[in-house]
Amino acid sequence: MTLPLLRLENVDKVFVKKTMMGKKSYIHAVRGITLDIQRGEALGIVGESGCGKSTLASLIIRLETLTRGKIILDGTDVTSLKEKDLRPLRRFVQIVFQDPYSSLSPRMTVEEILTEPLKIMTKLSKAEMHAKVTALLELVGMNASCLDRYPHEFSGGQRQRISIARALTTEPEILILDEPTSALDVSVQAQVLNLLNDLRQKLHLTYIFISHNLAVVKYISDRTAVMYAGQIVELGPSEKIMLEPLHPYTRELIAALPAVGKKLKPLTKAADMTENVAQERGCPYQNRCPLVDLRCKSERPPLAQFEPGHFLACWGVTKS
Amino acid sequence: MTSTDSKTTGAAAAAPILQIKDLNVTLRKEQELIPILHHVNLTVHAGEIVGLVGESGSGKSMTASAVTQLLPGGSKSLQGSINFCGEELTTKSEKEMAHYRGKEIAMIFQEPMTCLNPVFTVGQQLEDVICTHQHLQGGEAHARAIAMLENVHIKEPEKMLKAYPYELSGGMRQRAMIAIALSCSPKLLIADEPTTALDVTIQAQILGLVKEAADKAGAGVIFISHDLGVIAQVCDSIAVMYSGEIVEAGTAVEVLTTPRHPYTKALLAAIPGFTPKGAERLELCAIPGMVPDPREHMDGCRFAPRCSVCGENCTAKHPPLHVAGDGRSVCCWKEAEAGDTAITAS
Ligand SMILES: Nc1ncnc2c1ncn2[C@@H]1O[C@H](COP(=O)(O)OP(=O)(O)OP(=O)(O)O)[C@@H](O)[C@H]1O
Ligand SMILES: Nc1ncnc2c1ncn2[C@@H]1O[C@H](COP(=O)(O)OP(=O)(O)OP(=O)(O)O)[C@@H](O)[C@H]1O
Ligand code: SF4
Ligand SMILES: [Mg+2]
Ligand SMILES: [Mg+2]
Repeated sequence: MTLPLLRLENVDKVFVKKTMMGKKSYIHAVRGITLDIQRGEALGIVGESGCGKSTLASLIIRLETLTRGKIILDGTDVTSLKEKDLRPLRRFVQIVFQDPYSSLSPRMTVEEILTEPLKIMTKLSKAEMHAKVTALLELVGMNASCLDRYPHEFSGGQRQRISIARALTTEPEILILDEPTSALDVSVQAQVLNLLNDLRQKLHLTYIFISHNLAVVKYISDRTAVMYAGQIVELGPSEKIMLEPLHPYTRELIAALPAVGKKLKPLTKAADMTENVAQERGCPYQNRCPLVDLRCKSERPPLAQFEPGHFLACWGVTKS
Repeated sequence: MTSTDSKTTGAAAAAPILQIKDLNVTLRKEQELIPILHHVNLTVHAGEIVGLVGESGSGKSMTASAVTQLLPGGSKSLQGSINFCGEELTTKSEKEMAHYRGKEIAMIFQEPMTCLNPVFTVGQQLEDVICTHQHLQGGEAHARAIAMLENVHIKEPEKMLKAYPYELSGGMRQRAMIAIALSCSPKLLIADEPTTALDVTIQAQILGLVKEAADKAGAGVIFISHDLGVIAQVCDSIAVMYSGEIVEAGTAVEVLTTPRHPYTKALLAAIPGFTPKGAERLELCAIPGMVPDPREHMDGCRFAPRCSVCGENCTAKHPPLHVAGDGRSVCCWKEAEAGDTAITAS
């Protein structure tokens, strides 16, 4: 296998919070994540709210510092780079956020929004910048007449196109997409997803695509990582994950996907106020897992290869 | 599918809970008239879940607001009839409407915090509703509150009653809101995108609760969403809205399996789903463009600029509404041009 474009080694993030009583509480948002991302690959990350997807993204672009572990970008260890040395990384890795309403500054025109990163990161002349942002807008399916308008004059889908164009200004290799379509209607979501597939081919981009909807992730990504409580519990080809999921949590996610022609399962009395609290000991999913066993409560299952290219962290699923 | 069929036919025999007939709503902003809803017809029976689906801006929430008479301020004109259990709501005063809202007509929304008060516990809010609308006191109200929380499958209702909304996860808050909405045994429940902000696993649970409200408590439900996949899971019948009009309506099974309006077809094709193993990654069928501004006047079909099969008639004249005998209605020229079996209403 060739050298991965991005490698995460045992990455941990612990947030420390001061409670009202002056005591400290810890949130282990990302826990022991090891992951290789190949050049040109689209990796999907899926999991429910609060499982640490966005935190992982912030660690990769170094908006947050790691508590433990290493990030190696194109062969270079960038884990402990100082802020002033981060510029190449910022140029190399860009991010698009969920909310197209708050992530674009309301007081800047589209042209100002798009040229801002160019001013910071390049030495292009005014005319060059103008030519560049015009081309970018066309690339995302909008035309140059939008340049002197403000974000509030556009629909959600158009704003998301502008966010994508902004992320592309510095010609990044890696684009992190953090729930880029979750705030959009299904019809507009389809437009943006098609655009993303299109851009990836044209520009040979590497994607890290984050969503809580497996069907959406599957549509974009070659491989999918399923996260639960800060950890990767399953990793494999997206098709495998969708059609032959192994981990009980992945199965739960797929069973819950709404689809035409699918009947709703009857309700079980599973809810209580602590249902989603991950356990410190053993498997994080033990409280919700139908396969839970004694070992699951005492020992944390490691992410191990189950079959070639398909990894699983679960004691309960065994080869038959 | 037989259970759905027998239920709809059974319900159809009884008088509907809600019947909206030829509803037109126009808002006036400053000097401008904004026509928001055009000729909307909708019927909801006891125990029936009617899905209202369409893109952002298609008029789903406005239809709900017309029922509760909570249309945005300023002067507005409302024509047509909204009949709720035999009472005409369009002529009711604000004071009379207040009696219906929260009691006989309950609402749940996407953002539970629009209904929950952050400074009171769930218990205080739930018992307050029970006291005012059901005239129960102290111990009785408390017992009813516990029963309501058990109804929405909360495992430890006592603990939940003592919790403040901010202490709850999104899914638990949504349950608390549903418990409050259902606490007065409403005849009609309006659910406006109640699961749009939620994870798929929690969404599935909330959909289950809505279904139970209809099946067990016999409430009629209007379920609003932009996602036909979600609508497909809970609804008995479906009305597809576009730009202030209902363009197709019928039983859920029929609308989903044999969509006839090009917009319904397009909405179905836009949902990412499973592609069969080994199949090529298919291009999702996005609908180009967006819902027109309600101020924009159009001679023809309001969907015409985005329609893939738009023809000559379509841009010239508004398509007639085709009503088939089985309650299926489609508002599209293609239907009118092809169909000679159906009755054409204008
Ligand atoms: N800056 C922070 N300080 C303290 N805790 C944080 C911070 N950022 C995130 N967390 C916590 O870390 C955990 C993971 O959060 P994160 O935002 O990464 O989840 P997510 O998977 O992106 O969820 P969502 O789908 O809701 O976006 C959560 O428990 C969250 O409350
Ligand atoms: N207060 C208002 N004044 C004027 N027009 C309004 C107002 N509120 C909504 N509208 C317009 O009415 C139309 C229908 O809006 P409505 O809120 O019913 O859409 P919706 O289908 O519920 O969309 P969404 O999925 O975004 O909630 C839209 O064109 C909207 O711009
Ligand atoms: S009337 Fe014409 S434009 Fe409108 S939906 Fe039907 S085919 Fe398309
Ligand atoms: Mg997030
Ligand atoms: Mg709405």
